[in-house]
Amino acid sequence: MVMGTNDKGGENAAYSQMGGVVKTTLTDDSGLLLDVRGLTKVFGSLKACDAVDLTIGRGEIHALLGENGAGKSTFVKMLFGALEPAAGTILWKGNPVAISSPGEARRLGIGMVFQHFSLFDALTAAENIMLSLEDGAQINTVAERARKVSEAYGLPLDPYAHVGDLSVGERQRIEIVRCLLQNPELIILDEPTSVLTPQEADKLFETLETLRSEGRSILYISHRLEEVKRMCDRATVLRHGRVVAQCDPRQETASSLARMMVGDEVKGVERGARGGDKGNALLEVRRLSSRAAHPFAVELSDITLSVRAGEILGIAGVAGNGQGEFFEAISGEVLQEDADVVRIRGQSAGRLDITGRRLLGAGFVPEERLGHAAAPLLPLSQNLLLSRYSTDAAAFLAPLGFIRYGAIARAAKRIVDAMDVRKSTEDPEATALSGGNLQKFVIGRELDRRPGLMVVDQPTWGVDAGAAARIRQALIDLAKEGAAVLVISQDLDELFEICDAIAVMHKGRLSAPLPIAEATYEKVGLLMGGAHAGDPQARTEEMA
Amino acid sequence: MLESILITVATAATPLLIAAIGELVVERSGVLNLGVEGMMIMGAITGFAVALTTGSPWLGIFAAIIVGALVSLLFGFLTLTLVTNQVATGLALTLFGLGLSGMIGESFVGRPGIRLGTLDIPVLGDLPLVGRLIFGQDPLFYISIMLTAAVAYFLFSTRAGLMLRAVGDNHVSAHAQGIKVVRIRYLAVMFGGACAGLAGAYLSLVYTPQWVENMTAGRGWIALALVVFASWRPWRVVAGAYLFGGVTIGQLHAQAQALAIPSQLLSSLPYLATIAVLVIISRNRRLTMMNTPASLGRPFVPDR
Repeated sequence: MVMGTNDKGGENAAYSQMGGVVKTTLTDDSGLLLDVRGLTKVFGSLKACDAVDLTIGRGEIHALLGENGAGKSTFVKMLFGALEPAAGTILWKGNPVAISSPGEARRLGIGMVFQHFSLFDALTAAENIMLSLEDGAQINTVAERARKVSEAYGLPLDPYAHVGDLSVGERQRIEIVRCLLQNPELIILDEPTSVLTPQEADKLFETLETLRSEGRSILYISHRLEEVKRMCDRATVLRHGRVVAQCDPRQETASSLARMMVGDEVKGVERGARGGDKGNALLEVRRLSSRAAHPFAVELSDITLSVRAGEILGIAGVAGNGQGEFFEAISGEVLQEDADVVRIRGQSAGRLDITGRRLLGAGFVPEERLGHAAAPLLPLSQNLLLSRYSTDAAAFLAPLGFIRYGAIARAAKRIVDAMDVRKSTEDPEATALSGGNLQKFVIGRELDRRPGLMVVDQPTWGVDAGAAARIRQALIDLAKEGAAVLVISQDLDELFEICDAIAVMHKGRLSAPLPIAEATYEKVGLLMGGAHAGDPQARTEEMA
Repeated sequence: MLESILITVATAATPLLIAAIGELVVERSGVLNLGVEGMMIMGAITGFAVALTTGSPWLGIFAAIIVGALVSLLFGFLTLTLVTNQVATGLALTLFGLGLSGMIGESFVGRPGIRLGTLDIPVLGDLPLVGRLIFGQDPLFYISIMLTAAVAYFLFSTRAGLMLRAVGDNHVSAHAQGIKVVRIRYLAVMFGGACAGLAGAYLSLVYTPQWVENMTAGRGWIALALVVFASWRPWRVVAGAYLFGGVTIGQLHAQAQALAIPSQLLSSLPYLATIAVLVIISRNRRLTMMNTPASLGRPFVPDR
């Protein structure tokens, strides 16, 4: 409670500051930091960005909104020199500039926190950071500076950890620290909060406030409209590569912003009335423990839970607290010594591999879409076959193991239609789909089997609002039909939206589930930070 | 006796080591050049021919390095600029090198070559057992060790080496960070070619100073395999090359002793032993994963 009040106060003070900034940017055009006019980018026949105009003043936080594929990434890549615009001008502090490379962008004072594809798995955090610094500092100096910045801005990281061993959230912290070390005047943030706890997100917002008060400007891309409303001075909305609106997000509601992005009303998720009367436990985990498989893995200790028919249990937690290891143990990527540790529909499944567990009626959706949930270079239909060749052998395979291409193509089409997967060709390679559309397909592939147990890790990470709503609704509908659903997510809004109970994972331990009626952001957030539920002593300490 | 055997081992291992170190740098940048054999044989004939014509083995070595780099430049142009398939292009390069060297070398067959002398340090070279082994080898032996040390330092302790590893790990990210992916790969490929050329010259100027068609006899392939089994780590390549050289020489001596072991089995020993040992030392899967260039062999076309 105390924390909450403090935050509110900070926000209010910040808001009054923002008002002043907006005024100056609106009246004084010469003070613009960045003035983009008519920026256009064409890929083949697709106009990814079509004459986009955008201005950012000094000390302004500017939101860039739009669905997946609206052209946001293309636009910021042009600002960062990673793509070459086909037309248009960029004025930086009033002077026209050609940003020909990311190095050039950094020299101008533009830093970027990428959402995807910009860290090197085989290198350590410090090495990754060193690559984008051009002052020739030694690795130890870089590590030390990274540690300092990470502490100063509340973004903990281990400079010597290999990125390949880190979770999505930890990787994002490295990206942010890397960007801050370049001391940029304009910081482009692509979906920075999607993997943070509410407290961490608040920390980040404080960081952004600090940066703003230092006179830096921020271009902020997010799907979370509430935080855009809270943080941003102005917003530019893109749809199909065009600017469809420029507005003051504080004057808008979340749904009016969503309408601008989608061009249509976004359907809210309907929980419907689901009685308190649940069926049998379809997933039972008893005293699951694991040793760390590699030096950066998290040890699971003594996890017990059960998910009953018709129930959606959510597992919240900060990235890298053992969710990945937990999912591997449940899905059968890692086998247990004792078969009774994991029981699916009453059967011991601890010694069964993924296919064996699927045959018991379970469906699994891992966190990484490409390379884990789907083979990037195979078409959707074959990706479908890869996960269901055994459970649906009768439908998809002819005698001697020949593939019935007609049958898998029809099933793939059924899934695409059911989940509204948008694609450019009839049966594209998985990697050709946007993240949101591939996620819809991957989830649809499991739902299509009507599994009795569904386990999903990060169902809507990096997915736009429309697709996310569709995925959440599908999970709710599945539970209504009597399936047990286990959702691991770092997105608390999502868990509160769909779950019947929420448990929190912290350092490989799982809290007792909080029924949704008793759960609050406050309680869950504290558990995510390591406090123990029902332990008033710990909570008081946490607050003090 | 033992001393001379050990020296022969070093002579057998050095060309493998030089070629493999070059290919290691190429593969660390994410390019798979299967043309090592072809570049080596081009180096061998160039080194031999130039040394014979000019009378200077050092000029021969220099020419072999240049030719190796030029041949690899052809590979680079095809795979990096025209984005052809790296595996097919590398195989073609090997066939090309073998054929062209045979043609150039026709008039050199059977002519006595020039041998690059060994170091001859007074006092130190006369120490018992280790004297000649450490202080009395040919100059390229020392160069091969220094090359390994330099490559290890470059890859893991310099910014340029970090950029090269980054390119090999994820060329899309590297491009997004503003690293010149194609330029770095060109340089790496040419370094690999120069090393292969040098390794080839070693064969025709030190190992057996003469020209015989196909005299590389598959050493380019061994070098390629060493790089993989050494999990792309320079000092493990040294271990692999010396193990291979050692068992090769050892089994030759065993065959000379007319032991009751089939000679085919003995001939296959170097391969078996090298694979077995390198598999054992690379059984740490995490370490291997960390060192495998994730972009290896994948074509890169920058989107701009």
